[in-house]
Amino acid sequence: MLKYAIQINTSPYHSQAGENAYQFISAALAAGHEVFRVFFYFDGIYHALRFSAPPDDELQFTARWTELARRHSLDLVVCVSAAQRRGLLTGAEAQQRGKMHNDLAEGFRISGLGQLVEATLLADRFIVFA
Amino acid sequence: MKKYLFVLRRPPHSGSHVQEMLDIVLSTAAFDQQVALLFVDDGVFQLKNHQQTRQFQLKDTAAIFAALEIYDIHHYYVEVESLQERGLKPADLLLPVQELYRKEIAALLHSFDIVIGA
Repeated sequence: MLKYAIQINTSPYHSQAGENAYQFISAALAAGHEVFRVFFYFDGIYHALRFSAPPDDELQFTARWTELARRHSLDLVVCVSAAQRRGLLTGAEAQQRGKMHNDLAEGFRISGLGQLVEATLLADRFIVFA
Repeated sequence: MKKYLFVLRRPPHSGSHVQEMLDIVLSTAAFDQQVALLFVDDGVFQLKNHQQTRQFQLKDTAAIFAALEIYDIHHYYVEVESLQERGLKPADLLLPVQELYRKEIAALLHSFDIVIGA
């Protein structure tokens, strides 16, 4: 059994990398491995948009992450600086900046790059999906 | 402590890529880990000297590279073929680099615990 840390760098509509990461994580969990943390960086933060609303007959990727996190107690971390650059703010950050909404979907949390470095230090394997 | 190699392959000033990559580099160095950088493909342009960013309102990422020494980052590897294909010489770069041939890159990657590209 291995302990994995995962980084996702691309947006759902720009690249297949997020889907590949999802399939890899699901397979690793099914095989009894541990996924210590999934870190969303660069355009990867677009996986965590609370208000993404794809048509009903398309993949609900954010809801699927939320469900995977709930089922496996996954630690889904969105980089705060990457998120703020792109307009994804949590409730507290939004308030500080005079904005209104919490943009972060259920099951994700916002934190800093230290969480990524920690994940690479503690994991047996670190994989970047870019 | 783990040994980290960051593989930089994209040109500078193409979105926020270099800036955000450097943020990971600096965070890793702040954790007192051993950090080295490898420049291949258009990534070699990230180290090109005389970048004029101000009039285009671009982030001066070259200045960040020049400051990495403060973070105890001293190992910069550049692929010889990538330089040659782009008409560059080590003297065109803003940092002293160690040149490696393409055939030597695989062995370099194997000598690190964590390889981060993007």
